[in-house]
Amino acid sequence: MSHEWPLWEVFIRGQHGLNHRHVGSLHAPDAEMAIRHARDVYTRRNEGVSIWVVRSSDIAASSPSDKGPLFEPANSKIYRHPTFFKIPDEAGHM
Amino acid sequence: MAALLDTAVDRASLFEFLLRMGDNALVLGHRVSEWCGHAPVLEEDIALANTALDLIGQTQLWLGLAGEVEGQGRSADNLAYLRDAHEFRNLLLVELPNGDFGRTLMRQFLFDAWHLPMLKALAASSDPRVAEIAAKAVKEVAYHVERSADLVIRLGDGTEESHARMQAALDELWPYTGEMFLSDAADEAVAAAGIAPAPASLREGWRDTVAAVLAEATLKEPAGAYAHKGGRSGRHTEHLGYILAEMQFLQRAYPGSTW
Repeated sequence: MSHEWPLWEVFIRGQHGLNHRHVGSLHAPDAEMAIRHARDVYTRRNEGVSIWVVRSSDIAASSPSDKGPLFEPANSKIYRHPTFFKIPDEAGHM
Repeated sequence: MAALLDTAVDRASLFEFLLRMGDNALVLGHRVSEWCGHAPVLEEDIALANTALDLIGQTQLWLGLAGEVEGQGRSADNLAYLRDAHEFRNLLLVELPNGDFGRTLMRQFLFDAWHLPMLKALAASSDPRVAEIAAKAVKEVAYHVERSADLVIRLGDGTEESHARMQAALDELWPYTGEMFLSDAADEAVAAAGIAPAPASLREGWRDTVAAVLAEATLKEPAGAYAHKGGRSGRHTEHLGYILAEMQFLQRAYPGSTW
């Protein structure tokens, strides 16, 4: 029967102040049950304070064949990474 | 132990009451765990296993306290694995076979609708050890009833087949619900001491919850007030023996083994 239920992507906020993170996917007939299932499948170990679910079919994704044009131009531009700054000891971990 | 001697109830009645709470959770937990690996969809399989684990966890607390109250040195494990069927005090409802998925959920709902108000009342128990266990369990059971009620509604108000199966499950299980509200001397003693509510006091709230959910599920409440009884005093259906044979096999065959 599970093949008749649509797939949902599950996002969980681990703590207040953090972003929701994608944790996996599951099948459910509607949003309410998707949240229930997400609670049962992904939050048994006290992982979350908030759950988002979204129909997998509603996610627009970049095509793997676009990988080159999308990402490669950034490859040779290491100066875009903020790795050249010396962080003073007093600032601590950033 | 000093606190125990101060309570206004005899040890045997409190022990009896704790066995009833613990055995309901243990036997239903075992029944629900039988679904592990067999549920119609993976997500429901996990949800059922979670419910079973919650109930087994509650069992440890209730039977642990029961052993303490009894004062004979029996642990929760002793009580779970080394008693025979006639010493079990669970409701007949929870030992009935699972049937199909719908029937399992109907049984769960009928039990949950009683379990939640029972635990809510116990959270205000005059015995702090009872109140503490109830306060922990009530959070789990609030979710159990939310889930079982939702699925009863979905399946009752679902397809023609799911509706027929849920109505059949309800008709079959209904005569086993009356036992939840029966009372004997042990119940009266713990109620008088403010440890637990009188069983009959939970009936009205249970009826309201059940009526509302059944109406939404388009299911018809069966007529008739006949109630099977006996589980709470150790007279069980034949089904309990089979459950114990499986559940207790290891401790019976290899006494004292641990892993």
